[in-house]
Amino acid sequence: MSRPELQAPPEIYYGDTEAKKYTQNTRNQQIQRDMTYRALELLNLPPDQPAFLLDIGCGSGLSGEILDEEGYLWAGVDIAPSMLEVALEREVEGDLFLHDIGQGFGFRPGSFDGAISISVLQWLLNAETSHPTSSPPHRLHRFFTTLHSAMRNPSRVILQFYPSSDDQIQLITSIAQKAGFGGGIVVDYPNSKKAKKVFLCLLVGGGGSQQQVPQGLQGDEEHDSKAVFEKRRERMKSKHGKRKSVKDRDWILKKKELYRKRGKEDVPNDSKYTGRKRKTQF
Amino acid sequence: MVRLITHNLLACHAKDCNTNNFPLEFKDIQLEIREAEFNSDFLKGFMPKLEWKALVDTARQLGDTSLPLEQPEMVDDGFLKSLHHVLLEIHVEEGSMTCPNCKHVYPILNGIPNMLLAEHEIG
Ligand SMILES: C[S@@+](CC[C@H](N)C(=O)[O-])C[C@H]1O[C@@H](n2cnc3c(N)ncnc32)[C@H](O)[C@@H]1O
Ligand SMILES: [Zn+2]
Repeated sequence: MSRPELQAPPEIYYGDTEAKKYTQNTRNQQIQRDMTYRALELLNLPPDQPAFLLDIGCGSGLSGEILDEEGYLWAGVDIAPSMLEVALEREVEGDLFLHDIGQGFGFRPGSFDGAISISVLQWLLNAETSHPTSSPPHRLHRFFTTLHSAMRNPSRVILQFYPSSDDQIQLITSIAQKAGFGGGIVVDYPNSKKAKKVFLCLLVGGGGSQQQVPQGLQGDEEHDSKAVFEKRRERMKSKHGKRKSVKDRDWILKKKELYRKRGKEDVPNDSKYTGRKRKTQF
Repeated sequence: MVRLITHNLLACHAKDCNTNNFPLEFKDIQLEIREAEFNSDFLKGFMPKLEWKALVDTARQLGDTSLPLEQPEMVDDGFLKSLHHVLLEIHVEEGSMTCPNCKHVYPILNGIPNMLLAEHEIG
């Protein structure tokens, strides 16, 4: 089967059936969550400060649920109504918008303290939407320029995506640069077929040494990427310095209880991670 | 799920609509109030981002008159509680938002604003 973005426009591909299937698949949940944690780590937000984030291509809320758990407030945009509907059912806490990111944003300058995008950007490179569009470069340009102005100075945007060629990476980074972003590509586990992940790490302002492109994770982690991230999380936990979570443990337990009562599936069991403060650091 | 926290950040993004395109004007709306967790640090950190007049005007239009016309320099708990309620607990579930400049209408369905533009409106 070819890549999803080659099969149909996103809002068609992620119709009612696929939106449910995508969201309920436990393996997929784990992958999206792990990448969201890694994106947060690369975002490197100042500890002890609440933040308002943008989730670009938030879909059914698998990435957004991590933002909720980590105590961030956020807004999310996505082009697929069926995905947003699932996000509503799952009662994510972010404000959701039906939006084609290739048309650009209308957010005022300095709106967001950070932004993430998990498994979305490849859609701007390939399939057209069923809405009238112009060329991929034009849409990318519109996306990056309006995103840049919506970000606070200094801040970061971390976009995990699935490029299918070096040319695509080249195209994306050059357009992002012209839009005013610094930064570059970070590749985690470049030598592993399974665990390899590509992150575009965009830096806004800041100058000097404060803002540097982070390092990719090295090694040959051929295990299930789940195990890899599990280990990393453990490591992060033991590091000093803590981010103060906006939501305390009681609040999270209350929400989970509510989910269960409403018969929501796959609510994570209360674990020692619940409401635990996580540290983001390179 | 449009709350005033995001409404206050949102301008019209239609082609060539660059001035007087904020704030989008709510019409025919239905509201829902949902409790959110109070966090004074978040609110204090967010205050510099707010367009105060737009926030107060919109809140009043939605029936909430708890905010002072001028953004106060000294913030006390009472004020932060009001700000918390206005920004995070009032959800606009149905209705629309109209651009004061180009008059583009962004419909809101199930709490989700439709920000999609027609081809001739794309910048
Ligand atoms: C693989 S899903 C990822 C969703 C979510 N970030 C997660 O981690 O589960 C890709 C999402 O990108 C969205 N998408 C694709 N093209 C888009 C566009 N032009 N504007 C907004 N969203 C888009 C799709 O609708 C889909 O929900
Ligand atoms: Zn307008």
